[in-house]
Amino acid sequence: MTFVAKPRTHHPRLPVNEIGLTRRDYEGSVSTLCAGCGHDSVSAAIVQACAELSMPPHRFAKVSGIGCSSKTPSYFLNKSHGFNSVHGRMPSVITGANLANRDLFCVGVSGDGDSASIGMGQFAHIVRRRINMLYIVDNNGTYGLTKGQFSATNDKGSTNKKGVPNLYEPIDLASMALQLGATFVARSFSGDKRQLVPLLKAGLRHRGMAFIDVISPCVAFNNHEGSTKSYDHLRQFDHNVVNADYIGDHDEITADYQPGTIEDVSMPDGTTLRLYKLEDSFDPHDRVGALNYVQKRQQEGEVVTGLLYIDPDASDCHEILDTVHTPLNELNETDLCPGADNLDAINASFR
Amino acid sequence: MSSNVTYNDFVIRFANVNGSGSASANGMFAKALFRMGIPVATRNIFPSNIQGLPTWFEVRVSEQNYLGRREGVDIMVAMNAETMVEDIASLKPGGYLLYDNSKPLAKTLQRDDIVEIGIPISTMLLPVFTDPKQRSLFKNITYLGALAGLLNIEFDVITGMVATQYKGKDALIQPNIHALEIGRQYAYEYLNAPLPLQVRRSDGVGDRIMVDGNMAAGLGSIYGGATVCAWYPITPSTSVAEAFEQHANRLRIDHDSGQKKFAIIQAEDELAAIGIVIGAAWNGARAFTATSGPGVSLMSEFLGLAYFAELPAVLWDIQRAGPSTGMPTRTQQSDVLAAAYASHGDTKHPLLFPASPKECFDFAALALDLADRLQTPIIVLSDLELGMNDNLSEPFEWDNDRRYDRGKVLDADALDAREVFGRYLDVDGDGIGFRTLPGTHPDKGAFFTRGTSRDEFAAYTESPEAYERNMERLLKKWQTAATLIPEAEITDNGCEAGAIYFGTTSLPMPECMDLLAHDGIHVDTCRVRGFPFGPEVVDFINSHKVVFIVEQNRDGQLRKLLINEHDFAPDKLVPVTYYAGLSISADFIQNAVTEYFAEHKLARITEVKS
Repeated sequence: MTFVAKPRTHHPRLPVNEIGLTRRDYEGSVSTLCAGCGHDSVSAAIVQACAELSMPPHRFAKVSGIGCSSKTPSYFLNKSHGFNSVHGRMPSVITGANLANRDLFCVGVSGDGDSASIGMGQFAHIVRRRINMLYIVDNNGTYGLTKGQFSATNDKGSTNKKGVPNLYEPIDLASMALQLGATFVARSFSGDKRQLVPLLKAGLRHRGMAFIDVISPCVAFNNHEGSTKSYDHLRQFDHNVVNADYIGDHDEITADYQPGTIEDVSMPDGTTLRLYKLEDSFDPHDRVGALNYVQKRQQEGEVVTGLLYIDPDASDCHEILDTVHTPLNELNETDLCPGADNLDAINASFR
Repeated sequence: MSSNVTYNDFVIRFANVNGSGSASANGMFAKALFRMGIPVATRNIFPSNIQGLPTWFEVRVSEQNYLGRREGVDIMVAMNAETMVEDIASLKPGGYLLYDNSKPLAKTLQRDDIVEIGIPISTMLLPVFTDPKQRSLFKNITYLGALAGLLNIEFDVITGMVATQYKGKDALIQPNIHALEIGRQYAYEYLNAPLPLQVRRSDGVGDRIMVDGNMAAGLGSIYGGATVCAWYPITPSTSVAEAFEQHANRLRIDHDSGQKKFAIIQAEDELAAIGIVIGAAWNGARAFTATSGPGVSLMSEFLGLAYFAELPAVLWDIQRAGPSTGMPTRTQQSDVLAAAYASHGDTKHPLLFPASPKECFDFAALALDLADRLQTPIIVLSDLELGMNDNLSEPFEWDNDRRYDRGKVLDADALDAREVFGRYLDVDGDGIGFRTLPGTHPDKGAFFTRGTSRDEFAAYTESPEAYERNMERLLKKWQTAATLIPEAEITDNGCEAGAIYFGTTSLPMPECMDLLAHDGIHVDTCRVRGFPFGPEVVDFINSHKVVFIVEQNRDGQLRKLLINEHDFAPDKLVPVTYYAGLSISADFIQNAVTEYFAEHKLARITEVKS
């Protein structure tokens, strides 16, 4: 298997964004995942979100762990650096990357095995630290690359391809993120681009960590009858609560949602996030309420999707640490070295 | 009287209860002698405990600058009833036992061959300090005062330190000085003060400083330009990160904004700590972590990734015995092999072996340069002995003209000037490719970082040939590393025998060599300062008939590393290993070498006195 580059030619009338780029400028190499894999839809949604936001495609740092999901940073934003790191450890690597250069957009892609099992500790602690990033979990409930073992997000009683049921309680990463103090928590479905793209845009614009749990069916190992992470199951049990649309300076509102309550949220950069609340009782600014709601619906077998919680005034890790605005990786000897004179005083203090 | 007095040459040990406030008084004792210009070495032997277990503080006082540990204690300040039996037993014949005789010494503990110095500390303090907690703390100050009288320590040096230590808490100065006076007066009035064992002002210290290696490592990391530090608490490495933070909060604050020119994260574990370091280094910040043996085990997977992904990282391993708790608060040099070959799939890492705080400072900055130059993790192997004890050290130095070596990093202009960019292309023939940082250029230089499955252009491939080419290039880079590691420090007088050692095993060496020479045994010495070993180390071994490899671990790890990397005949490299948890002593090495000379009937050379 080798790297496959996509042909660089594109349709002459492909629309250009505010910085003169087409969607093709945000793409990656050809995916090597299975045909129909939900993860490819997520990658495509990332391409669309970044292109529509007119973000410079080379100003991202893409980091992943190990697994099918972690291969996907190759499949979007080819002009950016990517780092396929160690299983379950994307959060620490992206923490370092963000500390080194606060001006880059950090996108971390992980999976359910990567984040809910081997990397559970790192997932929990990056939420606490509020690293300014978009954290996406491509959640398919199974270990694809090792051929279909249950993952920790798989529902109890859901069966594998051979009909054997999962015996253990599932871990819900979105609930965990809410409980651990995340300031942006959403869940979506890879098959619902209309919901996913605006959530990705809002997540990219959020200051601090934006967490999106994307249910993304595995066509090879977890798309059969009896699985609760299959396309069919999700189409039936997906329960949208709050859909979002991201409104830049000139964007028209294009989303076409069922009528409900509309609420505009001001983002830190002056742009607006427009929320369509499909259920009046749900308040996406109420952490505890969101937690209860998700759990309650889960008990009834429903998967709540949409923007579950947002705190638009949240601070990020650099603000918590009070670091200088210049990226640390741009500081030089003059900025960093205290010099020989200071050392004389230091030596004197040890005499 | 002076004919029977010995000056500036003894070992004093304080036996205390952990958490009883003795550390401050004991530290003042050592510092007072240091300020009188007398060379001292301090050793803290402490339990894995916050309060209640026994703890010892030992000070080697040596006009000859013998700063390694020496067997046997000349003065025992026995303040812990629980360890009294072993404390009294450790005294050399003729030694002095200083104890609180408010309770008389049990008959069974008495020895005919030592001098008992009983001071009724508790009884004397009872009417003076009414608060029991305060009274307990001042016991330590009182024996310090008594020692001042007994050993002839310049009293104003001690009182000056009290004034400095409690600056701002002036109410504490007077009671402290009072407690000192009570001890000193007792020594003058009731004891035969001063003893025939005394201190006197000397010029033995010169311009040296007294500092622990971890402090030096933290400071060196600041001078070397580290901006990201990620760590997880583990004794004996914790104070490296704490020193970095403490001094960065003063030295690394932006003048205008008051904001920090560094980021420090106390991570959730060692895996996250090294992950953060690697992520930061990938994105072009100088980053380091500090840990101990268990942390190195946890970091191993990431170290392998960084080796293959070719990312800089600096890791301080402050070695200790292991695993688990208890003995791990004792010093050892037992992570050599674990560090050299950490991880999976043909990995090896450059190591640095500092032997003094000055070298900790220097190697902290050097490690950051080497990591950037070689694009690989650099592991600095210190240990508890060096890291946590105050050591006499040459003062720190910095050349203001020095520039950081950021290695081969291409910026946007450099990318535009190049026809071809291949992240893993060996353009210069030194095995090191050019790298780019994320976000550098709109169209050029972006690549995907991963482990081994890539070609020279960082494109994904599982081609056998590409894998082999990559592995061979990494070996070439390893040879480049061998030219950049600090050279070994060698003293070669053409002896038949040599001794190789590293790190804190160097401390007892000058004394050991003098002891051996006195018996006609002459040994050349080679202090290795890093790995891969340079040609001078190979020459040293080849030019000696027998080479003692002296180190503080059970399995002779440095010896194994030498044999493994250079195919030396194992018989020729004689292991001298100490690993019982204290630091290695001159006497121990002397005995091992002397025994070998006797067993193998090696020739001794005794100078004929004219």
